[in-house]
Amino acid sequence: MTVIPPPALRAQNLHAWRGDRHVLRGVSFRVQRGEALHVFGPNGSGKTTLLRVICGLLHAEEGEVFWQGVPTTENNGEFLSTLAYLAHDTALKGDLTALENLRFSVGMKRSVADSALRAMLGELGVADCADLPCRVLSAGQRRRVSLCRVLLSQANLWVLDEPFTNLDAASTQRVSEALAAHLHTGGLAIVAAHQGLNLDGGVVTRLGLT
Amino acid sequence: MRLAFRRWGQAADPLLFFVMVTTLFPLALSPEMSRLRDVAPGVLWVAALLSSLLAADTLLKADAQDGTLEQYVLSGQPLTLLLLVKTAAHWFLTGLPLVLVSPLVAIALGAPGSSLGTIMIALTLGTWTLSLLGAIGAALTIGVRRGSLLLSLLVLPLAMPVLIFGARSAELAIAGIDATASIYLLVSLLVMAITLAPLTAAAAVRIALD
Repeated sequence: MTVIPPPALRAQNLHAWRGDRHVLRGVSFRVQRGEALHVFGPNGSGKTTLLRVICGLLHAEEGEVFWQGVPTTENNGEFLSTLAYLAHDTALKGDLTALENLRFSVGMKRSVADSALRAMLGELGVADCADLPCRVLSAGQRRRVSLCRVLLSQANLWVLDEPFTNLDAASTQRVSEALAAHLHTGGLAIVAAHQGLNLDGGVVTRLGLT
Repeated sequence: MRLAFRRWGQAADPLLFFVMVTTLFPLALSPEMSRLRDVAPGVLWVAALLSSLLAADTLLKADAQDGTLEQYVLSGQPLTLLLLVKTAAHWFLTGLPLVLVSPLVAIALGAPGSSLGTIMIALTLGTWTLSLLGAIGAALTIGVRRGSLLLSLLVLPLAMPVLIFGARSAELAIAGIDATASIYLLVSLLVMAITLAPLTAAAAVRIALD
């Protein structure tokens, strides 16, 4: 009899309201190490709400999220240290360069040398944006700079809200590869995306919201 | 934590406001020195208060809009400390220039040279406190449309003691009487603000993100 390891991330019966709308109705799921959860659904179905509840930015009226078997509300500090969140907004300061933005945002969790920051920017194809203020970058470039922050965070759990928006085919490929690599090393990911998630060999559970 | 110093144009607004208000008073009232001297403390401090309210609006608005605020919350660093540091940085941009300009403005209002030291100390303490109080207001009004009016209404009652003691200390200084007691009171207000304001603001930020 094979023993199934306890899921690293588990959500149980989440209910959430946005104003008067009952957006999440009893959502439950499990994600193991090395797996990704693809959340999909029409606009307004609650994908972003679900991701924010997982991160702890929103409080679910009912239900709990468990990380390593412990409710996230209990060991919040530990949970946050292994979490990286990419929101709809890129969370970049327009007047600072890409490099400065990364130095600050990654630096809040751990200190990373500039050379490493530049290397990561290069991996996602935005190396030449390193010294440009973010407000002159295109939407796709900004998205990739934000993704660099996630990649550099050494987080186990990636929560990505529409990571492929505004990306061209080549960039989408690069990001998918980075995501697959993350799963291979035992990380987990929750991805809200309109398009299908195609990851080499990674187990992808699909969660549809209505 | 060095934020967008490149947007210095925005930082100049409160300073310009302060200078405008304080220099318009001598023009509007008759230039009789004694009369000016009587109103100088009040004018100086009301102008400082109003400038602080103006400045407080910018403290968190940009961060809330571009998504950096939620990254602060998710960074795992204590939000209270982050907000304290952010308010300090904000004060450097908005409060400190006010303090530096105040001797010139005070002299224009007829204050004797001997009072300038006390006035500057009092203003430093006072603007610091006002920045902290402004942070509470800013946190409570994130995302509220036309929030700056509501911010002012929220902060004004809290700012009354600062205004009263600040103006009193200036009045005493100009009259040549020892103002130490008032200064100590300002210090105590500042200490209260440093301990309570970031905590309150942090709680308000979490609510706002919900």
